[in-house]
Amino acid sequence: MNAVARLSNVSRIYPPRAGHAAVHALGPLSFELKAGEFFGVVGPSGCGKSTLLDVLAGLSAPSEGTVEFEGKPVAGTVPDGVGVVFQEDASFPWLTVEDNVAFGLRRLGTDPAEIRRRVDFAVGFMGLNDFRRAYPSQLSGGMRQRVCIARTLVLQPRLILLDEPFGALDQQTRLLMGDELLRLWRETSATVVLITHALDEANLLSDRIGVMSARPGRFIDVVETGWPRDRDSRLAERPDFGAVTSRLWSLLRTESMLALGQGAQAAE
Amino acid sequence: MSKAGWIRLVVLAAFFGAVEALCRTGVISPKLVIAPTAMVEAMVKLLGSGELNPDIRQTLSSVGIAMGLSVTGGFALGCVLYWLPPLRRTVDPFLAAYYSLPHFAFYPLLIVIFGLGALPLIVLATLFAMVAMIMATLSGLDRIPRVLIKTARMQRLSLPAEIWHIRLPAAAPHLFSGLKLAVTYSFIGVIAGEFILSTSGLGHQIAYAYDNFDNRTMYGLILLVLCIATAFNLLVFAYERRLARQRGQ
Repeated sequence: MNAVARLSNVSRIYPPRAGHAAVHALGPLSFELKAGEFFGVVGPSGCGKSTLLDVLAGLSAPSEGTVEFEGKPVAGTVPDGVGVVFQEDASFPWLTVEDNVAFGLRRLGTDPAEIRRRVDFAVGFMGLNDFRRAYPSQLSGGMRQRVCIARTLVLQPRLILLDEPFGALDQQTRLLMGDELLRLWRETSATVVLITHALDEANLLSDRIGVMSARPGRFIDVVETGWPRDRDSRLAERPDFGAVTSRLWSLLRTESMLALGQGAQAAE
Repeated sequence: MSKAGWIRLVVLAAFFGAVEALCRTGVISPKLVIAPTAMVEAMVKLLGSGELNPDIRQTLSSVGIAMGLSVTGGFALGCVLYWLPPLRRTVDPFLAAYYSLPHFAFYPLLIVIFGLGALPLIVLATLFAMVAMIMATLSGLDRIPRVLIKTARMQRLSLPAEIWHIRLPAAAPHLFSGLKLAVTYSFIGVIAGEFILSTSGLGHQIAYAYDNFDNRTMYGLILLVLCIATAFNLLVFAYERRLARQRGQ
């Protein structure tokens, strides 16, 4: 399979600020993202997962190394074809669900009939049909996150980056959202990168899982799950499901303890 | 109407009823306060005679100009300070201490500079109101969630589009608080200024009636000023409610 995105020797170092030393947050790290795969990223807290996503999305430039998307270098701007969904609620409180979803297409000056068609699809796909004219303040956290996913979806990204999008949701909602995400991935044939701290979630959703070390974050291993493309949350009932989660945890255990130590040091 | 609303109405009605009764029975001397109904009567008569029309026009136009200047100027200056952090750090203490100054003490100075007439009043009211708008603009821009700015970059918006479609609507509730303060402060600035030293305007007419023991005119005018200020506030309040409803709140 072709590589959609390629990171070569990427590092991210935050320069020193008043009272703080420079922080080496990420890398050096190299990897290729295969076209159409679902790639999970897990790692101890503070290991640079979000920094990795920012660099991959072009939201921040790497201090060293290069990032490519579809063969072209990414340099501090988000390339066309990349969509990002953040952990925080990023819905626009001043727009209805419908207008939130149509936002990007309107800015691009897309033909109104086409906007209508794509918004109808995305709103229906995310199960928001009954809330088209509602404002985000009238929706639950899970619904708002769906609005954000729909808003990214209408732009038909070929690479979707998700930064712990379900982090603020309860367990049941997370499982259902995971199923929807798998459906979205199958039906759009986009490449998906999901950052999460939940090992089960990474296991269930991903084809491959990058396991990151404590800061500065590097991949200590990339685990292939080998799950069929057509899967949902019932996968967790399989007897071999637990083995993958255990493998992830055994890789992460020492790193997580290391990260805890770093946290304690930083707090001193 | 809500229960609290009814209670409020009853308390107000009882208060004015009591004042009315005390005035009409002579317990409160008419040299001190005239009966509320007499105030209304005086106000209607003043409005009907048309003799105060030039003063009303002058005061309202001064207030209007001060509002316009303080809202647009305060917003513009707020944006400049937001985008120039070193400048902001320099002036921050002045902004914080600004409302502890007795602005009206400077009014004679303004008259020396700008002469008698509407101009020093407009300047005084604008100076008084603008800083509230500057501070509201700054706090509005400061509180835009970072994730919305990231979303703007993800949507690949140009800077003008980001400002117009994301930053301004996200800051709107704070900008609106600034607008409300600027409206109120403009009123206070102009009318209080007219009180101190002016040859026309509603504030001057109130002071003039006071100096001449003309209680009817004085209370009629006070009521008129109250009505105008309340009407303005209701207008702003209604608009704010509409905005909040638009956000589904």
